[in-house]
Amino acid sequence: MKLTLKIWRQATTDATGAMHTYQLDGVSEDMSFLEMLDVLNEQLNASDEEPIAFDSDCREGICGMCGLMINGQAHGPEVTTTCQLHMRSFKDGDEITIEPWRADAFPVLKDLCVDRSALDRMIQSGGYISANTGSAPDAHAAPVEKKKADRAFDVATCIGCGACVAACPNGSASLFLGAKITHLGELPQGQPERWDRVIGMVSQHDHDGFGGCTNIGECASACPKEIPLDVISQLNKDLRTAMVKGR
Amino acid sequence: MAVSGLLFIAFTLVHMYGNLKAFSGQEKFNDYAHHLREFGEPILPYEGFLWITRVGLLVALVAHVTSAVILARRASRARTTKYQYKKNKHSALSSRTMRWGGAALLLFIIWHLVNFSFGKVNPQTGETGAAAGDPYTLMVDTFDVWWMTVIYLVAMLALGFHLHHGTWSATQTLGYTNTATSRQRAKQAGWLLAIVIAGGFSLVPLSVMFGIIE
Repeated sequence: MKLTLKIWRQATTDATGAMHTYQLDGVSEDMSFLEMLDVLNEQLNASDEEPIAFDSDCREGICGMCGLMINGQAHGPEVTTTCQLHMRSFKDGDEITIEPWRADAFPVLKDLCVDRSALDRMIQSGGYISANTGSAPDAHAAPVEKKKADRAFDVATCIGCGACVAACPNGSASLFLGAKITHLGELPQGQPERWDRVIGMVSQHDHDGFGGCTNIGECASACPKEIPLDVISQLNKDLRTAMVKGR
Repeated sequence: MAVSGLLFIAFTLVHMYGNLKAFSGQEKFNDYAHHLREFGEPILPYEGFLWITRVGLLVALVAHVTSAVILARRASRARTTKYQYKKNKHSALSSRTMRWGGAALLLFIIWHLVNFSFGKVNPQTGETGAAAGDPYTLMVDTFDVWWMTVIYLVAMLALGFHLHHGTWSATQTLGYTNTATSRQRAKQAGWLLAIVIAGGFSLVPLSVMFGIIE
C-alpha cells in the first residue's frame, strides 16, 4: 500500500507549525496506524531527518495516551483508539491528513503530541473519592443497584484520551466531565463529595479555557469508548442540583 | 439559553395558532388581533397583556442573545488554531447552524415587527401606520408580494432548524435527558415542534400565494 501523508510538524510549543507531505510505500493493511507511523519514522531516521513525535503507550486501546486527528476525525474513521485503527481502513493511494488535537487547553508540545494536563487538573478538582487507607472493605459491603452499577461501569470506560474535546466544534470537554460525574455520582462512594465535585470540576473546566457545550454531539460519535451524550445531561442535572443546594 | 429558548417555543406555538385564524376570514382575524389587546380586562388595562408579553419576550431575547454571544466567544477562544481538515460525523446540520441561523432569525424578527407591529409597512401600497390597512389586509397585501413570501418562508426554514436542535438541546441543558430513551424522545419532540410550528406559520403565506386566502 502506498500512501501520501500530510502531517503537522511543530518543533516546540512556541514554534510555528506547518503541514509537511511524506510519501510512504510498503504499508501492510495489517499494520496499526501507529506502526505505519513507526515505519515512516524509520525512513526519516535513515535519511537523517527528525522523526515525527506522537504519543502512544499500551497500543491496545485501554490507556488513552494515543490520539490523532486523522482525515478530520478524532482517532480516524473507526470507533476505536488510534492504536487500534488498522491500515485496512485505508486503501492504496490514499492521502491521509494527520493533525494533533486542536484546543488551546491542549497546547502542542511537539509535532503531534499535546499536553492534556488540563484533564488531570479537572480530576484533581473533584474527580475522586476520599477513602481511608488501610485494608480494603469487603467488595459487597456497600450494595449498589444493578442499574446504577452498570451505568457507572459503562461510563468508567472513559480513558481520558481527549477525543471529545478534539471533535467538539466548541472545544468543550463536557463529555469527559459528564463521564466522570456520572461514574462517581451513580455509586455510594461518590455521594459525600457529589455536589462539591461538580462545581469544582466545571469551574476548573471553564478556568482552563474549554468551550461551552451546545449539545452538537460530535464528542459522543468520536469517543472510542462510546460514552453516550446523556452523561452531559447528568452533568447539567448535578450542576443544577448543586447550585440549588448553594454549593 | 435553555429557559429563554423554552419561552420562545411556547410563544411561537401560541403565535402560530393565532395566525391560523387567517383561515376564518377577515372579520375573525381582525377580531382576534383586537381581542389580544383586550385580553385580561378588566383586571389588566387595555393592551396590558400585550405589553407584559412584549416585555417578557424582550427580557428572554436579551438573555438568549447574551448567552449565545458568550458561548460563541468561548468557543472561538477554546480553539484559536483551526484544523486544516475537520469532518463532522453524526451531528445534525441544525446543531451546527444555530449561530448563523439565530442571527438570521434576529434580522427577520426586526423586519417582521416593522412590517406588522411597530411600523406597519404595507410593501404593496407603500403605506405605513394606520393607512397600511387593518391587520388582515396588511397580511394579505404583504404575502401578495412574491419576494416577501419568499423571505418569510426562508425565515420559517431557519426557525424550523432552530427549533429542531433547540428543543432537544434545552432539555439536555436542563438535565432532563439522562437516558437513551429520554434523549430519543427529546429529539423527536424537536422534530415535532419544528414541523408543527414552522409548518403552521408557513401555511398562511403559502395560502395567500396560492389564492386560498385573499
